[in-house]
Amino acid sequence: MSAIVHAPVPARPAPALGTGVGAWLRANLYADWKNALATVIILLVAARYLPAIYQWAVTDAVTARDPNACRALAHSGACWGVIAEKYRFILFGRFPFEEQWRPLIATLILVGLLVVSALRRFWRPWLGLVWICGLAAFFTLMHGGLLGMSAVESARWGGFPLTMILTTLGIAAALPLAVLVALGRRSHLPAIRAVCTVYIELVRGVPLVSVLFMASFMFPLFMPSGYTPDVLLRVLAGIILFAAAYLAETVRGGLQAVPAGQYEAAAALGLSYWQMQRKIVLPQALRIVVPGLVNSFISTYKDTSLVTIVGLYELTGALGLALRGDAEWRQFYFEGYLFIGLIYWIGCFAMSHYSQRMERALHTGNRR
Amino acid sequence: MSATSGPGPIVSFEKVNKWYGEFHVLRDVELVIARGERIVICGPSGSGKSTLIRCINRLEEHQSGRLIVDGTELGDDLRATERVRREVGMVFQQFNLFPHLNVLENLTLAPMWVARVPRKEAEARAMAQLERVRIADQARKYPLQLSGGQQQRVAIARALCLTPKVMLFDEPTSALDPEMIKEVLDVMIELADGGMTMICVTHEMGFARSVADRVVFMDQGQIVEDSPPADFFNSPRSERGREFLSKILGH
Ligand SMILES: Nc1ncnc2c1ncn2[C@@H]1O[C@H](COP(=O)(O)OP(=O)(O)OP(=O)(O)O)[C@@H](O)[C@H]1O
Ligand SMILES: [Mg+2]
Repeated sequence: MSAIVHAPVPARPAPALGTGVGAWLRANLYADWKNALATVIILLVAARYLPAIYQWAVTDAVTARDPNACRALAHSGACWGVIAEKYRFILFGRFPFEEQWRPLIATLILVGLLVVSALRRFWRPWLGLVWICGLAAFFTLMHGGLLGMSAVESARWGGFPLTMILTTLGIAAALPLAVLVALGRRSHLPAIRAVCTVYIELVRGVPLVSVLFMASFMFPLFMPSGYTPDVLLRVLAGIILFAAAYLAETVRGGLQAVPAGQYEAAAALGLSYWQMQRKIVLPQALRIVVPGLVNSFISTYKDTSLVTIVGLYELTGALGLALRGDAEWRQFYFEGYLFIGLIYWIGCFAMSHYSQRMERALHTGNRR
Repeated sequence: MSATSGPGPIVSFEKVNKWYGEFHVLRDVELVIARGERIVICGPSGSGKSTLIRCINRLEEHQSGRLIVDGTELGDDLRATERVRREVGMVFQQFNLFPHLNVLENLTLAPMWVARVPRKEAEARAMAQLERVRIADQARKYPLQLSGGQQQRVAIARALCLTPKVMLFDEPTSALDPEMIKEVLDVMIELADGGMTMICVTHEMGFARSVADRVVFMDQGQIVEDSPPADFFNSPRSERGREFLSKILGH
């Protein structure tokens, strides 16, 4: 750590090359010959391929829900009709068709909760209460069975709401678990250290599909006989256990990056172990590893697509379900994958963009 | 000031030994410090000064002998350690301020969480301590936005917020640029004038001369000399003491 840190002075703008479009182009596209060469190559590649893509996706595309017109294209143009025809099935899976306003509203509530939680000005104690109410509303809408809504068992939930709830609850539970495991792995109590190490190495050593299988088929065996937890719960447990093992190692990296002097200062002030972790160590460790954490969050979001394997049809599974059984539209799965790919991408992009903003915000007043 | 109250010495080492693995870092240390005393510890690098001072608030554990701080014997009892830490303030060479908290939060953290002082009162106390180290105008800044000297003064104020009975300083000016050393020493001198019990590891011999009641000279894990500053500086009794003084004073 450096001994002298000066009060920050606002950075002076770089010497201007001028302003306006011309200057921007010069600065960004052909500031020197290497830059110019890269620009030319990119332009050539774009000129070569973009027109064909544009023609496929727009000019020659069929947007009508007409399988015959689509087939007549023989894939020389995109068949967006398949999306128009199947989007409700893709988005909501096997949820009863006339009741699909319920998953729609439930999803909007969940997305709303996430957006609100992303804004710092709402980081208040009551936000926890809002989450409890929001999640209660989500599950009431999805599950029904009261207020005149028909009951829909969780095995029939599907599509985007399922993806969202698995991701949200998976991450929300995995992160605290990961923090505990990471602390445990650094504990001076050998038993705790061993348990945490074995857990991490075991779970990281197997693919998620096997964890999901185990959660789905083995979990009930450990339960009192006759009691089988809901399939959604079992799968969620699998996702949480899996994600937490990876997150724990990321968190541990952050813990190691906190200088020993911080622990000593906290101890010298008389803070207890948990106070030290909560007030001094974790706030610093976690902000160091924001990029790694978000990386894992994004993985978890996409990994939910594997729950199809145990019979839950989230976004990817619902797409398969929607097309596989329908001979008329089956061959247009490519367009279908583009559609859900776009949905996944929006989610991932939002997370990574948010993490970058968060990093910048967290580092104000914290420049080294 | 309450710092001098209470019976018995504030710190007493009785035949304290400590090893790092095979390495014998503290050898039969005997040291008794009375309430209100100002002790300066000096000695060559690696002689065990930091280890000694860090044993007092159990940042390091000793393996044999008895170490009693403010009437509490330090050992495996966590409660005893917590009790002692509440009475002992420490200032580090590298400041060790919490970079994610602003100056005021650095100062109120321990009072609020360890001593359970209400926020309002903790903040009032913190501001009073910041006034004392002449840095109250920086209360809302973050540590890394301050100069080294300012950071160290904040660190002193942070330790004072728990109204400790004794203050430990481990080379508080060694990481500072020359022009900032004085501002920190001035604060320490004021503290001494206020009657605070202080144990300082430092090579600032001017400070030792003017403030210390006793100078403890260490070498190779042993206390070699323990005498008033005038005696130690004018006529060190040991050969090692003479050698050390000639190195740091003679350049
Ligand atoms: N954690 C540790 N493990 C092993 N050896 C250590 C450890 N900490 C310190 N030592 C050794 O113990 C000896 C005394 O260290 P200490 O830090 O107490 O010396 P010091 O007198 O404070 O020196 P300096 O003036 O350089 O700060 C040194 O030889 C050091 O290498
Ligand atoms: Mg030292």
